[in-house]
Amino acid sequence: MNKNRRSFLKVAGLSVFALSSGATAFSSAAQAMVSPGTYEPAPKELKAKRWAMVIDTRTFRTADDYKAIIEACHAAHNVPDIRSKADGHEDQEIKWIWTDSYKHAFPDDLNEHLADRVKKRPFPLLCNHCTNPPCVRVCPTQATYQLPNGIVTMDYHRCIGCRFCMAGCPYGARSFNFVDPRGYLSDPVPNPEYPTRMIGVVEKCTFCVERLAKGLMPACVEASEGRILFGDLNDPESTVRKALAENYSIRRKPNLGTQPGVYYIV
Amino acid sequence: MVEKLLEGSKRYYMWLLFLVVVIAVCFIVYLFQLFEGLGVTGMNRDVSWGLYISQFTYLVGVAASAVMLVLPAYFHHYKKFKIMIIFGEFMAISAVVMCCLFIVVDLGQPQRMANVMLHPTPNSVMFYDMIVLIGYLTLNCIIGWVTLEAERHETQPPKWVLYLAYLSIIWAFSIHTVTAFLYAGIPGRHYWLTAIMAARFLSSAFCSGPAILLLLMLLLRRLTGFNPGKEAIHTLATIITYAMCLNVFFYLLEVFTAFYSNIPGHYDPLVFLFTGYHGVTSWVTPCMWLAVLCTIGCLSILIPPQTRSGKYMPYALGMLVLASWIDKGLGLLIGGFTPNMFESVTLYLPTVRELVVAVGVYAVGALVLSLLWKIALSVKFETGHSDGDLVK
Ligand code: SF4
Ligand code: SF4
Ligand code: SF4
Repeated sequence: MNKNRRSFLKVAGLSVFALSSGATAFSSAAQAMVSPGTYEPAPKELKAKRWAMVIDTRTFRTADDYKAIIEACHAAHNVPDIRSKADGHEDQEIKWIWTDSYKHAFPDDLNEHLADRVKKRPFPLLCNHCTNPPCVRVCPTQATYQLPNGIVTMDYHRCIGCRFCMAGCPYGARSFNFVDPRGYLSDPVPNPEYPTRMIGVVEKCTFCVERLAKGLMPACVEASEGRILFGDLNDPESTVRKALAENYSIRRKPNLGTQPGVYYIV
Repeated sequence: MVEKLLEGSKRYYMWLLFLVVVIAVCFIVYLFQLFEGLGVTGMNRDVSWGLYISQFTYLVGVAASAVMLVLPAYFHHYKKFKIMIIFGEFMAISAVVMCCLFIVVDLGQPQRMANVMLHPTPNSVMFYDMIVLIGYLTLNCIIGWVTLEAERHETQPPKWVLYLAYLSIIWAFSIHTVTAFLYAGIPGRHYWLTAIMAARFLSSAFCSGPAILLLLMLLLRRLTGFNPGKEAIHTLATIITYAMCLNVFFYLLEVFTAFYSNIPGHYDPLVFLFTGYHGVTSWVTPCMWLAVLCTIGCLSILIPPQTRSGKYMPYALGMLVLASWIDKGLGLLIGGFTPNMFESVTLYLPTVRELVVAVGVYAVGALVLSLLWKIALSVKFETGHSDGDLVK
């Protein structure tokens, strides 16, 4: 399945052309030209049994600390800033990582007398790469799928834009391209190595699969200066496991059984 | 039988022409949506489904409701419905056509629609929904056409059609159950996460669908003289009344569970719909109260047997359709998305262009219905089966 998917991605360039021109037959011809099984894992690829993220919210001090991680992610993935133009599409924005208050991030915890430092602190929110992801369960085309290492990622060329996954995600982690995102990006785009998206598809944080394949840590992790940890949840010696063993951590909406892979140290 | 389409009155052709013009205009607006993206609609990051999907949901119900004629006629040999069945089946066809179109106009990348079949995904409810809808459409086309053809030749329809009709009864329940599962299996959407969703869907379908059918039959009687029969009308009105009572009962069960358990997640959507949430009110609130008034109004006419099929019946049916449409065609979707995943409110208001596209889809449905009913009517008049009061 994964091999097929990767080889599918290899011909993505051709398929984008074929699919966006509406010629599906064209694209299957293009796929047929590539022999299956040509995919080899990159030699430097970072590997894990279950990738997970630990965000030490105590160490974020200023607004710039948050801004740095958001900008790093959005620049690395050419995420358009729809709100930058006041053109009536503000509610139809795209965001992969953003901040919100404790009350909104953890709405089930209705404690009015929470310590001020927690109540007032912004929390970075992103896709949780759930172990049991409802978005994958509901997607009718497998355009959203889960890798064996726990990452939930997207095939932008297969997505039909039905938005069932957005209804399914309990964390509001997914964005839909209501408008052409390219109109909101600089020219040239911030990261020419990463594809821009077309109208009508859903997107979200991918735990930087494309960077992990090159042996790099996720962009937000790199920009966080140690405030965000990233590692293998199945390895007791990993940084994430050690941080979780030593600190009190919480996850968003744990009672839904999705098993989020993003932990917050409060 | 297709030749029957060629022998209509001038008024009939004017009506078809009108529909074609409406469809053409709306299609142009749809082309704008296709090129500019769904940004032309009022949907947003938090309310990511809107008018299109809610109309789809409502119309699946209308399609399923044909079973309220088929079931008594085939299972209980209730002869009085026989004359009307074909109209119910043809209405189901037009409803399924609209359902499919509403799905298509809602897609961000409709040209990739075939991916649902190219990559069949058995864990997605949408996959099953597609299968059952296509199956139901096929069943109704075959059954409708063959029985009508037989009626035209004044013979009995072949035996196998009977089995297909039995199958279509079960199938009708399945299409609306599967549609309810689209919603009822999603974690984190409190308003939808309820086991009674499928039952609510069916009960609301079985009152609103036949109500629409009956209203259209009354219109047909006025326009063409085709008479479904006094007794049939009364029986159908009784079925509608029972289904509506069940529908209201199921809704009240939700209200009880939400408020008596006092779990915020459960009552928040109801609070939002009926009073506004944390000071934020939207245009849906007056609509919901209108639905309540319409429900009381229609039930007070429909419940007493003396007034049930009397001269106020059309008003009662109209109120019923409006109430059920507000509940399922507006409240269900908006209440499911509000409060959003952060327990705050992002409002949704359909845009004019969105409304125009929706009108276009309804116009296509009306066109399909007009053509099919024209064929059915011609056969009825030709064979002299045009007066239900004469059925023994
Ligand atoms: S957070 Fe949402 S989008 Fe991410 S894996 Fe979980 S359900 Fe899917
Ligand atoms: S919008 Fe795309 S990713 Fe989401 S469920 Fe539909 S096809 Fe799958
Ligand atoms: S992991 Fe990568 S994609 Fe996800 S928020 Fe961080 S930088 Fe963005």
